[in-house]
Amino acid sequence: MNWLRLNWTQVVDLTVDHLLLSVPAIVISVLVAVPIGRLAHRRPRWGSPLLGAASLMYAIPALPLLIIIPAVFGTPLRSSATMVIALSIYGVALLVRTAADAFASVDTHTRDAAVAIGCSPRSLLWRVDLPMALPVLLSGIRVVTVSTIGLVTIGALIGVSSLGNLLTDGFQRGIAGEVLTGVVVTVLLALVLDGLLLLAGRLLTPWRVSA
Amino acid sequence: MNLFAQALAWLGDGTHWQGSSGIPTRVLQHLGITLLTLVIAAAIAWPAGVLVGHTRRGSGMIGAITGGARAIPTLGLLTLFGLWLGIGLSAPVLALVVLAIPSLLAGAYAGIENIDATIPQAAKAIGMTPAQVIRSVELPLALPVIIGGLRSATLQVVATATLAAYTSDTGLGRYLFAGLKTRDYPQMLGGALLVVVLTLVLELVLASCQRLATNRVAHPERNLP
Repeated sequence: MNWLRLNWTQVVDLTVDHLLLSVPAIVISVLVAVPIGRLAHRRPRWGSPLLGAASLMYAIPALPLLIIIPAVFGTPLRSSATMVIALSIYGVALLVRTAADAFASVDTHTRDAAVAIGCSPRSLLWRVDLPMALPVLLSGIRVVTVSTIGLVTIGALIGVSSLGNLLTDGFQRGIAGEVLTGVVVTVLLALVLDGLLLLAGRLLTPWRVSA
Repeated sequence: MNLFAQALAWLGDGTHWQGSSGIPTRVLQHLGITLLTLVIAAAIAWPAGVLVGHTRRGSGMIGAITGGARAIPTLGLLTLFGLWLGIGLSAPVLALVVLAIPSLLAGAYAGIENIDATIPQAAKAIGMTPAQVIRSVELPLALPVIIGGLRSATLQVVATATLAAYTSDTGLGRYLFAGLKTRDYPQMLGGALLVVVLTLVLELVLASCQRLATNRVAHPERNLP
């Protein structure tokens, strides 16, 4: 507690850094995984191998991945770009299967009804499929968010600034309070974002509250 | 791509395959710490998961544990335990045990919970004791899902065991941290590739174990002509 009182400005700065790494990665994961998930649902012949390959990316350990990415993409090792790419790869790997399940969860009668009243394929996607798939999709996005927030801390090992700095710095200088602060703030941040997504889900799918 | 060639050259260098910091020793250390972690974590998680699945009570607790544990950064646990327990194997093993427990627990619980409830009831009705129901009915039927939990736990542990090198002189992570300090990127990439290969090999082995458990133990009737 004492450590936190003396260093809270640093904690706030690192929390901002932490969010600047994790939020773009979460957004990219969603933007990449949702189309793949939809493709996998609509065209299983191409989609299933794609789904398997994407899930397998999760098997790549985090620290090695941070070193492989600069070799493949040509980004500098100690840069936030490397970190965001790594986090996005994990996010996509975690999310694709849930995204495919989400589109599979859309009630076929509702889709048929929308087609029957003359919905175009485009509005079928935006006004029927996506809203109806949202509850399952959101459960996947929450998992990605929580695990991404935790994973960002690894960046401290290659010198990318985040709440993980409190872990490595506290360990090297032997300050348990600093490490504990890092762990607690990271977990709290994950819980807050998870809560916000839960709230967003309630607001975006108002028809489910009455049901 | 030049870096990949250098990394392969590093891997191909015979001197890196000998001695106490050679690749075979590091691979064995890495596997050792993974195995030790999984044995300890399974000794805690499996009985608890089987019990909750068998009694069908306390499932909310399982959900809370598996969800909450995901948010805890493993590096944080590792450094915290490292400060308390000092440099050595106990801190990384303890942190990895915490990492492995949720998957093992969820696998054991879900495997038994998902069995059709009438099957254990039928076993009870023909006079089996609760211990017999667990041993000869529920465990065989749940085995594929239990191994599925072991599979994801192994994946996480073998990947994260690289971090063990941060607080102790163990495992393939040494190459990553040593390379990071001296900016020896071929060594880092070589070490990284070794970890990836080890992970994929374990994944393949456990995937075939899971298939075997499904076809031979849980549903042998599917093999009948």
